[in-house]
Amino acid sequence: MNLVSRYEIRIGGFGGQGVVTMAVVLGETLSLIEKKFVVQTQSYGPEARGGASKSEIVVGDVEIDYPKVMEPDVFIVLSRAAYLAYIKGLKENGILIIDEDLVEIEGDLPDGVKVYKVPATRIAEQEVGNKQATNVVMLGVLCAITKIVTNEGLQQRIEERWPRFKESNLKALELGLKAGEAALVGQ
Amino acid sequence: MPERIMFTMGDIASAEGALSAGCKYFGGYPITPATEIAEWMALRMPQVGGSFVQYEDEIASITSVIGASWTGVKSMTATSGPGVSLMLEAIGLAVMTETPLVLVNIMRGGPSTGQPTRGQQGDIMQAKWGSHGDYQIIALTPASVQEMFDQTVQAFNLSERYRVPVFVLADETVGHMRERLVIPDEKDLKLEYRKLAAGDPADFLPFKPDEDLIPPMALLGSKYQFYATGLTHDERGYPTDKEDVQLELVARLNNKILHNADKIIDLERFMLDDAKIAVVAYGTPSRSARKAIKEAREAGIKAGMLRLKTVWPFPEDALADLASEVKHIIVAEQNFGQVYYMVKAAAAPTPIHLMAKPAGMPQLPHEILDKIKEIDSL
Repeated sequence: MNLVSRYEIRIGGFGGQGVVTMAVVLGETLSLIEKKFVVQTQSYGPEARGGASKSEIVVGDVEIDYPKVMEPDVFIVLSRAAYLAYIKGLKENGILIIDEDLVEIEGDLPDGVKVYKVPATRIAEQEVGNKQATNVVMLGVLCAITKIVTNEGLQQRIEERWPRFKESNLKALELGLKAGEAALVGQ
Repeated sequence: MPERIMFTMGDIASAEGALSAGCKYFGGYPITPATEIAEWMALRMPQVGGSFVQYEDEIASITSVIGASWTGVKSMTATSGPGVSLMLEAIGLAVMTETPLVLVNIMRGGPSTGQPTRGQQGDIMQAKWGSHGDYQIIALTPASVQEMFDQTVQAFNLSERYRVPVFVLADETVGHMRERLVIPDEKDLKLEYRKLAAGDPADFLPFKPDEDLIPPMALLGSKYQFYATGLTHDERGYPTDKEDVQLELVARLNNKILHNADKIIDLERFMLDDAKIAVVAYGTPSRSARKAIKEAREAGIKAGMLRLKTVWPFPEDALADLASEVKHIIVAEQNFGQVYYMVKAAAAPTPIHLMAKPAGMPQLPHEILDKIKEIDSL
């Protein structure tokens, strides 16, 4: 990643899909391993499951002033409700990554937005054998498409964070990377 | 413990700050968005040989904190606006009995139950005026995860030094955001502890102040016998309805804070030296303002910010000085205007412009920039 003052990532889904955990793992990797300035926030309703939920990361090489996302450079979305609630504001020429089995493109997108479709939930369920790994698959996809974070950094963080579940999560990350690279080629 | 680095949320940073300050007692009742503090304390207190107790409600929580503090243990609770409302009677008791304690309020949308998962800064006046009678407390307003740690440590130091409840007032965004946190080596932290009673128990007067207006504290279970009450009391601690005792006590409870305001108040001046327009902000809106001011400077407008890290005691002198330096002051806060009234009183007749927003999203950077541009064109 080149020097950048502010890069904004938004992740949307429904409560329970792991969108907050995904942002936290990404934030931990960027902050603790890659030594970037990072702020991670989230927004959710009072429900424990369901409801539109979003998490956000602002990353840069200088201190982050305003902590929330204003115009995301990247929007990763895992549910239709979150797509409808949070699509507004996506930057012109930004990146939209959707779980193609759960989200369809509806309405107009800002000019120049690149759309990447990946079956993240299907990959987690069928190839990793655990739907709960969907968010880690998506981390791999994000890494391949944006290069905002390194694969090595994510691998290290996953090993540190989930020693008991590191094998399945590293597999999910690798499958996500492959799916992201395939989506890049397909563009 | 040596230095540790975490990527963690403001709530947890505050809990770690308390532990680093030597807090060994947490009594509380979980409430969004302060629940993570209780959760973290439930995990960590047993590891440091302290106690965590979850009570049936906020009233029991805060009174347990008062009791624990009187045994000599640094003690705290954490809650949000609805919980503070229930605790206010006991806050008055803590003020009157001069009990050191820390209360972290992660401010959410109000009034009443409001919006539990959304932030606001609606509890600024409540912290100062919520309990009845004339008194002073101290309230700190952090704006980052690191400051949640640093200012919680500071809150303990101030509460111990002045024997007064200290509030940490953080909006939900600061409480729930995650950033890098550096927990310093414990050797590098400067910690304070209350003055303790000394001398012959037969001559001991539990509420006789030293020259600094603060009485040394006797602890429950020590050799001193004493009485502490919410009733107006003389130096012996005995209740009285004498007018001179009331006047002297109320003056002392206020003056022990007001006379030390310059030692307590912590402010940040950002790009103010040649500024014509100043933004006054604290917590999350101050981070919007910082971005707006950088952009205003790029556009050639001389803007700056006075960021309040302490709201009580209110930095009146600093605001009066600011009013003489700049032509306009903008107050941006996540409420309908609370610090605004204090700024108006201190900074008149300089024009004061309020940007009020009593809702979950703070004033956005471009909104503050637009306001700066609008005022610059006047």
